[in-house]
Amino acid sequence: MRGNRAQYLLSIFAIAISTIISLLNPLVIRYLIDSVIGGEPFEGPAWLISLLEKLGGTSWMLQHIMLGASSLILLTAVSGLFHFLKGKWSAEAAETTAKNIRNRFFAHLQRLPFDYHVKARTGDLIQRATSDIETIRKFLATQFVEIGRTLFMVIMAATIMIRLNVKMGLFSMAVIPFIFTFAYLFFLKVQKTFRASDEAEGRLSTVLQENLTGIRVVKAFGRHRFEIDRFDERNQEFRVLTTRLIRLLAWYWSLSDFMSLMQIGAVLILGGYWAATGVFSMGTMVVFFTYVGRLLWPVRQLGRILTEMGKTFVSLERIQEILNEPEEKDLFSGLHPEITGRIEFDHVSFRYEEGPDILKDVSFTVEAGETIAFLGPTGSGKTSLVHLLPRLYEPTSGEIRIDGIPLGTIEKQWLREKVGIILQEPFLFQKTLKENIALARDGVIEEQIFTAAETAAVHDVILSFERGYDTLIGEGGVTLSGGQKQRVAMARTLMKESPILIFDDSLSAVDTETDAQIRKSLKDRGNKATTFIIAHRTSTLAEADKIIILENGRIVQMGTHEELSRQDGLYRRIWQIQNELETELEEELNPQLQA
Amino acid sequence: MSVLEEKEYSKNFDLSTWKELLPFVKPFKRQIIFMMVLMFIVAAIDAVSPFLTGWVIDNVIVPGETGKLPYFGIFYGILIIIQALVIWLFIDIAGKIDMGICYEIRKGAFHRIQELSFSYFDKTPTGWLMARLTSDTQKLGDVVAWGIVDLTWGITMMTTMAILMAFTHLKLTLIILSVIPVLFVIAVYFQRKILKRFREVRKVNSKITASFSEGIRGAKTTKTLVREQANDMEFHKLTGSMRRSSVRAAVLSALFLPMVLTLGSIGTALAIGMGGNGVVAGTISFGVLVSFIFCSLQFFDPIMELSRVFADLQYAQASAERVISLIQTEPGIKDPEEIEESYGTFLHPKRENWPAIKGSITFENVSFAYDKGQAVLSNFNLEVSAGETIALVGETGSGKSTIVNLACRFYEPTEGKILIDGVNYRKRSLQWLHSHLGYVLQNPHLFSGTIMDNIRYGRLNATDEEVKEAARLVNAHEFITALSEGYQTDVGEEGAKLSTGEKQLVSFARAILANPMIFVLDEATSSVDTETEFLIQQAINKVLEGRTSFIIAHRLSTIRSADRILVVRNGKIEEGGTHHELLKNRGYYYRLYTNQFMEERESRLLSV
Repeated sequence: MRGNRAQYLLSIFAIAISTIISLLNPLVIRYLIDSVIGGEPFEGPAWLISLLEKLGGTSWMLQHIMLGASSLILLTAVSGLFHFLKGKWSAEAAETTAKNIRNRFFAHLQRLPFDYHVKARTGDLIQRATSDIETIRKFLATQFVEIGRTLFMVIMAATIMIRLNVKMGLFSMAVIPFIFTFAYLFFLKVQKTFRASDEAEGRLSTVLQENLTGIRVVKAFGRHRFEIDRFDERNQEFRVLTTRLIRLLAWYWSLSDFMSLMQIGAVLILGGYWAATGVFSMGTMVVFFTYVGRLLWPVRQLGRILTEMGKTFVSLERIQEILNEPEEKDLFSGLHPEITGRIEFDHVSFRYEEGPDILKDVSFTVEAGETIAFLGPTGSGKTSLVHLLPRLYEPTSGEIRIDGIPLGTIEKQWLREKVGIILQEPFLFQKTLKENIALARDGVIEEQIFTAAETAAVHDVILSFERGYDTLIGEGGVTLSGGQKQRVAMARTLMKESPILIFDDSLSAVDTETDAQIRKSLKDRGNKATTFIIAHRTSTLAEADKIIILENGRIVQMGTHEELSRQDGLYRRIWQIQNELETELEEELNPQLQA
Repeated sequence: MSVLEEKEYSKNFDLSTWKELLPFVKPFKRQIIFMMVLMFIVAAIDAVSPFLTGWVIDNVIVPGETGKLPYFGIFYGILIIIQALVIWLFIDIAGKIDMGICYEIRKGAFHRIQELSFSYFDKTPTGWLMARLTSDTQKLGDVVAWGIVDLTWGITMMTTMAILMAFTHLKLTLIILSVIPVLFVIAVYFQRKILKRFREVRKVNSKITASFSEGIRGAKTTKTLVREQANDMEFHKLTGSMRRSSVRAAVLSALFLPMVLTLGSIGTALAIGMGGNGVVAGTISFGVLVSFIFCSLQFFDPIMELSRVFADLQYAQASAERVISLIQTEPGIKDPEEIEESYGTFLHPKRENWPAIKGSITFENVSFAYDKGQAVLSNFNLEVSAGETIALVGETGSGKSTIVNLACRFYEPTEGKILIDGVNYRKRSLQWLHSHLGYVLQNPHLFSGTIMDNIRYGRLNATDEEVKEAARLVNAHEFITALSEGYQTDVGEEGAKLSTGEKQLVSFARAILANPMIFVLDEATSSVDTETEFLIQQAINKVLEGRTSFIIAHRLSTIRSADRILVVRNGKIEEGGTHHELLKNRGYYYRLYTNQFMEERESRLLSV
């Protein structure tokens, strides 16, 4: 709301003016009926009387009655103008607020720590980002101003009516507190029924959704009849519950209509009686009659709006809850050193917020331009280790240094420009392939994109699509296989030409031959980057300058291929599979052994 | 793609589209007529009310006689009691009609969906179908039921009031009502424009939703690529255009009401101006003047309502077109009438006429292409004898799944024929084949409900004991009984509460309960823990016994245990034979096998 408070005030001001003027109309009608047509003396503010006298008094007005009547048009138009301004201003104010909330929410989400997104429930966040913000927007754009309008209306109308006639004024509004309370309590009470209908709708969509996603199973088992019956049950349930809800609403509308009509009738009868007995004029009665009709509608709506306001507060809270989550530190502050790529891990330990140590006292050094490979069982800490380099997580103790500079002092954005990491499950955006690859770097030319794609062995795949590099990915476009996705993500990261490169098991979904091809083209390209590779393919591991074997967060072995293949351990066991395979093939293909 | 295009609305209101909906509205014909009668009453009472005020003025206030007031009070009291009753009745009945029509349309559409063939679902996203059966259907129910309410009320109220006015004072009536046509044209014009603007808003809004979804799901990638600011900029563009289009729409609708009211006040002014002169001249009574003033004010409600209904109808036209297109889609694979006659329909199968099945399958010069695309199979021949287990191996996209889906008749050959037990399967009914089919998918699909229900899906009339027996056969019984609620455990939406391995075991039990003669298994590539893998392996072997089976295989143990291995490449069988024979060939299979051997062993070493 901040920032456009003035606009909210303006729109409230506009609605006040519009309401006041619109309430003048019946008074003009009263004047025309009572004084001009009926010839009674006019009671009103002195200035108005003298103005009318100057014009020529009642007789002049009678001759120019169309002129008097036209003032109704003028008043309506002016009131309408302010009504329009209120609509415009309140829309501008509410939409600006909504825009700001959206922008802030979006920016905040992107700046939440990596870990937050690992654990986040995507569906819930999207819901908050869309329907909760929409609830707030709707409240600000329509209901907020509507509440103001109703209050003005009631206060203004009450003032005028009481000034015209105290008893009649009070009498005319007698039903308002009742209708208001009735509306409020009613909607409070039927929330349960509303929810029941919503929930039934939810169950209906679930059955539908499950049927559609499992339609192949349904067909394979020939369960059409069964599915139709199951769906029918939910369809019927939703129908019954919603019909029940509408019946409750029928009670609300008919009862509140009855109360309103009773009040209007009472005003007509008592007003008629007093007008007939000369307590006040016929025009005054018409004024009361009109006001009552106009007041009852918004009052009925107000009861509903107030019960629904609760939803807005809940939505606000849900948004606030996310905004209160702390953002990543050092994202935009810290050193901007030149980086060549020498990396030291100095007694680094790490654990996730609560939980056992994932990395325990890990120390090693990688020279600039070296390739280092990690091998270890699932859960040994390989991925956590490489996630520390771009500061997606921070070590619990110990220090990591790049070119001698402690990692913790470098600005995260700067650092991440220098550390290219290809995640295990990379995300591609709903853009064209070209745009996706170009994403990592500004102002790239096509040639660079092609080269990167060639290195990642995905250039030919892309060209095989009908629209080549302009193929759209995701909904409405093509679906890529796991291996293709990994390769596109790799091309994207290669675009950065960063001095440090991390492959987090990025070639797992790629077949062995393509894997070899990629490694060869990386080498041919003159890859000078310090490279971290998590892999389990022997051929990949063997090419590294250094191999580190992790088990339970500790380095258990470290060395070159030659060194490790001489030691007993995981690395050698992996290499022995090759021998096992050969023995097995021998057995299978050698008839003597089989017999 | 043409089916999927979210056509937001059609330009012209087309009555023939709405006629197609008649079958769904027909069951409510009598209720609709009753509702219309109720609306006549409501509208008539509404139309009379300004004249009641006039009556009080002329008969009570002007003569100053209050004697008639009590009678008036009684009359008025009765009138509003009737009014309240009728209001209750019409809302209740309109609700019933609304929900009833929704129910019928949904039922019809769902029915049709069950009959459509695989190829339809290949090109139609689930979300699209969901939207047809939820929001579109709801819109149609609303627009029909409440549209009739508003139309009847609006037209009756205007006509009644106009007639009452004309009888009271014809000339004044004509003068006041001269504004109406202009008003109506403007109102309809505005409503259309407003709807159009709001459609633009919705379009941008869906882009924002997509953006949020991407921003959230891609947040981790965004960090590694340092795209935060760039994403912000892109997003700001969207929210900026959202603000602009929302304000534009709001400004237009803010303009609407004042315009109509101002134009309407011309009517009121005319009533006072002309009527006032009449009162002075003695040709018109005070009561008439006042009732005409109120009439001129009350005329706008129906005009606004009617213009809204027209705009809504036009808007709902697109929904109607989409829903009807779904309901009228013919299934790509369908039994011809003569087959239906002897084998029965989906809903009423004549099982007594079904011949027994042995399970031999023959592909004779089969060619196949998905929807005008490139041929996946051409001139494919294969003979599988009853009880044989065939393992299909090859890369993704080589045509393995196509062969299986053709055998199951989820698709039909574009050329050539497939024989089951020596008879072209088109000569027998779909359901005959499918009821003898066992089918286990890579990612097994379970329905929400208990484990018991899910297994029983294989044979609906199976007893609890039979279900348990099936579970025992496939080694699922142990893990199920270990759960706190055993067979009554709820599996969650799409089986989310079970692990992949457990889901697979349940889906095996489901398949084996069906006791199929032909069994199809699309083996999962995703790894499960060694123990579960062993259980699954045993289960597979049990299931395959004595059935003709196709396995799209990935695991070596499964591949090795097959009677025959077919290596599929580019829609052709590159090699075929037993494991031993194929290894000897030292061809493509040899390479596949050695690769897979390495991968499996490595991953076994590395998973603890």
